[in-house]
Amino acid sequence: MNVTVCVKQIPDPANPASLDPETNTLVRDGKLIMDDSDSYGVEMGLQLVDAAGGGEVTLVSMVPNHEVSGLRTALAMGAAKAVLVSDEALRGSDALSTAKVLCAAVKRTSPDLVIAATESTDGYTGTTPVQLAELLGYPSVTFARKIQLAGAKVVVERQTEAGYDEIECPLPAVVTVTAGVVEPRYPSFKGIMAAKNKPVEEFGVADLGIDPASIGSQGARQEVVSVVPAPERDAGEIVVDEGDAHDQIIAFLETLKVI
Amino acid sequence: MQKIWVLVERTGQGATSLSLELLTKARSLADVVEAFAWGPDVTSLAEELGRYGASAVYDIGDIEGALPGVPVASAIAAQLADQASTASPDAVLIGTSYDGRDVAGRLSAAIDRPVLTNAIDLAVEDGELRALHAIFGGTQTATSHFTGPGPGIFVVRAKSFPAEEAGAPVTCEVVPASPANTADTGSAKVVARHVEEQSGPKLDEADVVVSGGRGLSQKENYAMIEELAGLLRGAPGASRAIVDAGWVPYSYQIGQTGKTVKPTLYIACGISGATQHMVGMKGAKNIIAINKDREAPIFTIADLGVVGDVQKVLPKLIEALKARNA
Ligand SMILES: Cc1cc2nc3c(=O)[nH]c(=O)nc-3n(C[C@H](O)[C@H](O)[C@H](O)COP(=O)(O)OP(=O)(O)OC[C@H]3O[C@@H](n4cnc5c(N)ncnc54)[C@H](O)[C@@H]3O)c2cc1C
Repeated sequence: MNVTVCVKQIPDPANPASLDPETNTLVRDGKLIMDDSDSYGVEMGLQLVDAAGGGEVTLVSMVPNHEVSGLRTALAMGAAKAVLVSDEALRGSDALSTAKVLCAAVKRTSPDLVIAATESTDGYTGTTPVQLAELLGYPSVTFARKIQLAGAKVVVERQTEAGYDEIECPLPAVVTVTAGVVEPRYPSFKGIMAAKNKPVEEFGVADLGIDPASIGSQGARQEVVSVVPAPERDAGEIVVDEGDAHDQIIAFLETLKVI
Repeated sequence: MQKIWVLVERTGQGATSLSLELLTKARSLADVVEAFAWGPDVTSLAEELGRYGASAVYDIGDIEGALPGVPVASAIAAQLADQASTASPDAVLIGTSYDGRDVAGRLSAAIDRPVLTNAIDLAVEDGELRALHAIFGGTQTATSHFTGPGPGIFVVRAKSFPAEEAGAPVTCEVVPASPANTADTGSAKVVARHVEEQSGPKLDEADVVVSGGRGLSQKENYAMIEELAGLLRGAPGASRAIVDAGWVPYSYQIGQTGKTVKPTLYIACGISGATQHMVGMKGAKNIIAINKDREAPIFTIADLGVVGDVQKVLPKLIEALKARNA
């Protein structure tokens, strides 16, 4: 069982995000780290390979600037190797272009299963994995909270509005997982040391046979026209509970006619 | 705008409120609004869709247990390709839902058109359709548009606009959708559905939402949130912190990666007010916050802020409400 996990490397969300004043795209300079949302997919992939009793987890990532720190984190968790598409021309790519690039990279990994996060932390478009599935010609199951192998299929618990659905899906397939579905392991010291020597194969856009005009800001067919401050909401009354705050709440509920 | 297509999802008898919101908006933007729907007896939907301004509904038919993403997107793509029977729309509107997002992603790749997601409003400016997005936790509003050929695919969040019937209902014709081939990719099947018990109104439709966060200290205390919600005939919600902790299912989550709610009253209990949470609830008409930290950001948007311990305030509030009802 070979699992390919899409890993996005993003600026640390702990630091405030900003937009490039010229292009209105997110500034993604400096050091990038593994998107936390992807740690669940990496963990899920490792567990599935274990359950299958063989195979490995391969990572796929795309960046403009050769960044590998985020991949090293996932390799330290236990992934075997990574494919990195790095090209300055990728800067400003929209979700569909991203899916096209990932598709070319994923094809090199011959997976039985492709795992991605439901959405990324920084862009949260939430469509790339399904676009990728369509381009690969694979079926897909999104919003997975549990994945189990069953021969040449996976059985997936998919979140729904009312609870969850049980889905059967033949392999190869793309499955997206939501945050919190598994407890991602912390890389051990041994894992971190081993990750330094694990193979990361790097490709440029041309190596993958992708038309440079179809990607990056050049290929993006959508743009932000303007960004303005949103109207602010004012603070109201603040009371300190002296044992009678519930009375004040009840009085407020009465004025709202909620009770 | 000439024409807009709207993806209609169903609940029990009729269309989901999100679908009706999209139809309402579409009709204010375009001369012609047409819908796509699937499942048994689409004809039974036509009257309702007409009241919201759709002049036709393309019937995709029963998808026989398949996950909707592939068959529905294929049907829309096939309809687009079938120029003989219908002119292309300027835009396709899809709601931000589990299945809606699948359809949008599939359709985008299938017809090679990009997609704009997380729209909170749509407007025609300079003769084209543009989407508004709440970014950086709702502190800024971005407007975006497509620069290539259409149709543009817009994925719109629930509660972005009201659902209102048209002044004069139109006759909604049921049209069989062009047949589509989904053999390779449409093989994911639903084998069982599990409905987790839920009483009271739905979270995104409730008039009152009572939400709990990490300040509840432990899972057991979430029962107070459910009880208070019940007493106010509202729905219980949650911050991501306690969803990730496994106290409540993901469907309870409010915020950027969860639901948007716009109730008459939102009560935040033990929630700090991270920007990613506030973006999902600051459209509430009234907000009450209970938090022991006077500096918690949630107080900057609360109409009534109570600096106090949820474990002291909530039991007394629940008692007092019960006493009134008795
Ligand atoms: C990409 C991304 C997306 C996200 N999406 C979402 C989202 O959709 N929804 C969401 O909610 N979050 C989201 N988050 C997480 C968000 O940043 C916060 O971490 C989360 O909202 C915090 O939840 P909380 O307020 O329950 O917990 P905390 O921030 O830990 O706050 C707990 C609060 O409880 C108070 N408290 C403690 N004890 C008591 C007591 N006894 N009585 C009263 N008050 C008490 C504390 O003073 C504190 O203010 C997202 C984060 C990222 C990075």
